[in-house]
Amino acid sequence: MIPFKFKYYKPDTLQEAFELYSHIASQGKTPMYYGGGTEIITMSRANNIRMDAVIDLKGIPECCGIEMVGGRLIIGSAVTLSRISESGLFPLLGQTAARIADHTVQCRLTIGGNICGTIIYKETVLPLMVCESRVVIYGKGGKREVQINQVFDNKLRLQPGEILTGIMTDSCYCSLPYVHVKKTKSDKIAYPLLTVVAVKKDNNIKAAFSGLTDHPFRSREIEDCINDENLSDDDKVNRIIGFQQISVLDDTEGSSGYRRFVLKNTLKNTLRMLEKVK
Amino acid sequence: MIKISEASIIELEVNGEKRKVVAEPSDTLLHTLRTELNLTGAKPGCENGDCGACTVIVDGWPVKSCLVLTVEMMGHKITTVEGLDNAPIQKAFVEKWGFQCGFCTSGFLMVCHALAEKHPHADEYVTEEWLQSNLCRCTSYQEIKEAVRSILGT
Repeated sequence: MIPFKFKYYKPDTLQEAFELYSHIASQGKTPMYYGGGTEIITMSRANNIRMDAVIDLKGIPECCGIEMVGGRLIIGSAVTLSRISESGLFPLLGQTAARIADHTVQCRLTIGGNICGTIIYKETVLPLMVCESRVVIYGKGGKREVQINQVFDNKLRLQPGEILTGIMTDSCYCSLPYVHVKKTKSDKIAYPLLTVVAVKKDNNIKAAFSGLTDHPFRSREIEDCINDENLSDDDKVNRIIGFQQISVLDDTEGSSGYRRFVLKNTLKNTLRMLEKVK
Repeated sequence: MIKISEASIIELEVNGEKRKVVAEPSDTLLHTLRTELNLTGAKPGCENGDCGACTVIVDGWPVKSCLVLTVEMMGHKITTVEGLDNAPIQKAFVEKWGFQCGFCTSGFLMVCHALAEKHPHADEYVTEEWLQSNLCRCTSYQEIKEAVRSILGT
């Protein structure tokens, strides 16, 4: 049971949703956009979050579709992870989504919720980062389209009331050769000790990480090192492990030393797998 | 726009029937099924989305009813274990001894039934992916897997 009361709204348009959010917030109350609800319900039950109203985005057509249009894959923010995997339209994103929580939860958990929620891992961001996806955001001035790497810095930088409506990815990125590796402490279904996602485009490897630090990231320094033809794989990996700017998590899931060890081996395997791809 | 501010009468479609229930916006589907409709097949286990004992099927997909608000379900088709009506998976569970204490059984049945409907030729990998959503503390996993494999066409 959720131990407090709130109001439920299901708007039909982005404008309605945005205006409703602004109106509720202007009264000093806390509105919350609502996708699949998996995180909001569990956190509410534990009294970790509290809101006065939820605004369900599943009635807004722009948030609910997944389709290839004009050479771009457009995924609405309220599309569930299982729908993404089942579609087969973006295999790397599908595989990443299929390793978040369990299958039944994936039938409710939305990509927008995974990206905008409070859980730090946000693994669906990784394929979007390496595939240079663009996010569509609705706010005060209407819709805007931004490259995800420009607006995701530790978390998706949205202004109050702004709505992540969808994600667009060029079709040529959706079919790139890729590696997805998720390492957990013990169980298959668990938060990541480390998740690595990498693609190879024009002989260049792009990689992004979750679980290593307190936010998902893609690093130019790491990619420069990975793509340096003068270095052996061992040298590349040893240099990356030594990067002091990576503040590696040290918690009950795994010590920072163990995480670096896992990173070292996972990166080596990732490079080996992608080297075979022309 | 739908707006529900307080306890209201809403209509749900459960097991093929239109049913009227009173629900607060904060009520979970699990709570409503059990207390309003007396459909107690969906079990309150962890109520945190971990155990799967409360699984029902919504529009053909398995869903943990403790992780869904009742008010979200207007316009959707809900199937609970009471609505299975001698589905092949129920017979298979009996034949393969797919349960011991029975607490998790309804949740497993719903996942297995949805899998058989959505992917009637699912391979072992897909079967395991789906089954990993549910916990059985009596550890009948092998028998449950045998039961669902016996009704899949692979």
